[in-house]
Amino acid sequence: MTGTTLSETLLLNQEAPRTPTPTRQRLLSRRIVWQILLYALLIVLAVIYIYPFLVQVATSFKTEAEAASDPISLIPQTFTFAAYERLFGRSDYPVWFANSTIVTICVTLGRVFFVSLAGYALARLQFRGRGLVFAAVVAVMAVPAVVLLIPKFLVINQLGMYDSYAGMIIPLLVDAAGVFIMKNFFESIPVSVEEQARIDGAGAFRLFWSVVLPMARPALITIVILSFQGSWNELSHFIVSTQSPELTTLTKGVASLASGQLSQGSQYPIKLAAAAIMTIPVAVMFFVFQRHIMNTAEGAVKG
Amino acid sequence: MTATAVAPRRAGKARKGLRRGEALAGWLFTGPVLIILGVFLLIPVVMALWVSFSDWSGRGSPFSSGVSFVGLENYAAITTDGGLPTRDFGTALRNNGWYVLLVVPLQTALALFLAVLVNRAILRGRGFFRTAFYFPSVTSTVAITVLWLFLFSANGVVNEALSWIGISGPNWWADPSGIVHNGLAAVGVTQGPPVLTENDFLGLSWWDWLAGPSVAMTALILMAVFTTSGTFMLLFIAALQNIGSEIQEAAMMDGANGWQRFWRVTLPQLRPTLFTVITLGLIGCWQVYDQIYTGTQGGPGKTTMTPAYLSYTSAFLGQDWGQGAAIAFILFAIIVAFTAFQRWVLRERPVSKRRARQYQQPSRPSTASPAVAASARVPSVPEPTTTDPTKEDER
Repeated sequence: MTGTTLSETLLLNQEAPRTPTPTRQRLLSRRIVWQILLYALLIVLAVIYIYPFLVQVATSFKTEAEAASDPISLIPQTFTFAAYERLFGRSDYPVWFANSTIVTICVTLGRVFFVSLAGYALARLQFRGRGLVFAAVVAVMAVPAVVLLIPKFLVINQLGMYDSYAGMIIPLLVDAAGVFIMKNFFESIPVSVEEQARIDGAGAFRLFWSVVLPMARPALITIVILSFQGSWNELSHFIVSTQSPELTTLTKGVASLASGQLSQGSQYPIKLAAAAIMTIPVAVMFFVFQRHIMNTAEGAVKG
Repeated sequence: MTATAVAPRRAGKARKGLRRGEALAGWLFTGPVLIILGVFLLIPVVMALWVSFSDWSGRGSPFSSGVSFVGLENYAAITTDGGLPTRDFGTALRNNGWYVLLVVPLQTALALFLAVLVNRAILRGRGFFRTAFYFPSVTSTVAITVLWLFLFSANGVVNEALSWIGISGPNWWADPSGIVHNGLAAVGVTQGPPVLTENDFLGLSWWDWLAGPSVAMTALILMAVFTTSGTFMLLFIAALQNIGSEIQEAAMMDGANGWQRFWRVTLPQLRPTLFTVITLGLIGCWQVYDQIYTGTQGGPGKTTMTPAYLSYTSAFLGQDWGQGAAIAFILFAIIVAFTAFQRWVLRERPVSKRRARQYQQPSRPSTASPAVAASARVPSVPEPTTTDPTKEDER
């Protein structure tokens, strides 16, 4: 914990002739104290953020009696797989999982493509009605999903998509907030990037696909994460677009567990196990992409 | 089209020729989004609007001949009739209002705070911290509600932790008392002044409006802050990284301390992201539904009932489709009003235009080499005494 980065050291060194040096030492030691406080704060915060999940996993391996009597400990006294055996052996949990997977993959792929296309058009292409389109998208963003519950069911039903994967997937393919995010990002990319390709005769799609999109990686990753999470975690849409048990997703299934589908007791180990497994895919997704999120925006345009 | 596109370019009208075909591309690019939004958002909204003015019973099509127009009847039932629907709606608005009032500022401030903390280049293990803070956001509301029900149960983790410091925690999910009322009761005020208790709005006395979120709702508020701060932190981090470090370094050279750098250099550049975060936060907070559906179902004592959930129960469970749709539209209006209001609050004020321009000038450091950026008059945080507009403008 040296207290300064390379760049700060360089700066300080560069400044050396101009700034009087005695203050430097005091500045450095003060910085170290700040650093220690910063790390202490970060660690406390991290514990607050992580502990609930550790307890969740721990409890899923406890017996129900222990979950009630000793909720806070991270090491089960009686280690049992009962909750997991019950979920995978004697419930529809695997079906829920498969459905969530299918829907999520389709929605994420479609959304990333459509949303970035539209975001690019709204940020860069000049066409009559662009302002109107953007205003419409923003307005739609403000439409509460619950306004749509009843009529969404009617539309899906009318189109013959009720209780089918199509009805679950297609309405989720587009997300106004994603368009908003992509548009903001594309606007932050300097126009000069495209000028050259445009002069070379590249069409709009080619410009989008091979020049601008690769640069939008940080924003795209944000969209991937948000869509993956969004569709994996979607609940209300599946409540109105499906009814058959074969199409139940994890959210619907686990919500039914939470509201007491299980017969007796609080059954915390099973509920928490169900919720924990449900978290794994999105967590894995995040760990995979996390590295990319770190180096955003570097090297967009040089010179 | 290519032929026609090429000709004018050769003729020298470069700009126009280069931009040819953009109209078509623009519509093609936005087409899929527009179609899907139209079919699954716009058309349903129109249908819902009609339902809110009709006596549709939920059977058959709402456009069939048996369904008739009832005007504002559904809206009146929930706003002015003073009956149970009015009272329920008032209660739901009260609950959600407190939820918004507490969650939006807390989640925005916390997200920005976390982003600034973990965005430091110096920080060791920032990947770890970032993961830790983002982790709750990847969890679905359903999963986290299940976890929260456990954590905040009467003998749960939270109460056990509270008992270590001598506090006997409430029975969170069964406690309908408002925290503002509880706070007042602690200083001996258990009854409101007559002016508050005797006048009411939407079937709820003003004293009840000021009750604050119930203890149960407070647990949900903590949950919302816990789960959303990570997502918004990501947006702030992305924005912070777009800002680039040149201006920061220049400000450092000018002798600005960390606090000044944050308020005068970083924050003004984050304005668009701040706008996005607060907008998304407001929109999200007025739609609390999943956690109520999974967890409390509006209880205890209807203190976690929200307009979104009330709309669902009125329509799907109570078969009052018109009222359900009407609630949804009032909610819609509230969200639009709030978004407009916060847009107005966060607008660029004429007074600060000059200031804003100072900050925006170098706001795309990535276009320039560091040398150019450094020379680009990085205005940032002059000491208060030396702020001189004329000097800032010479170039």
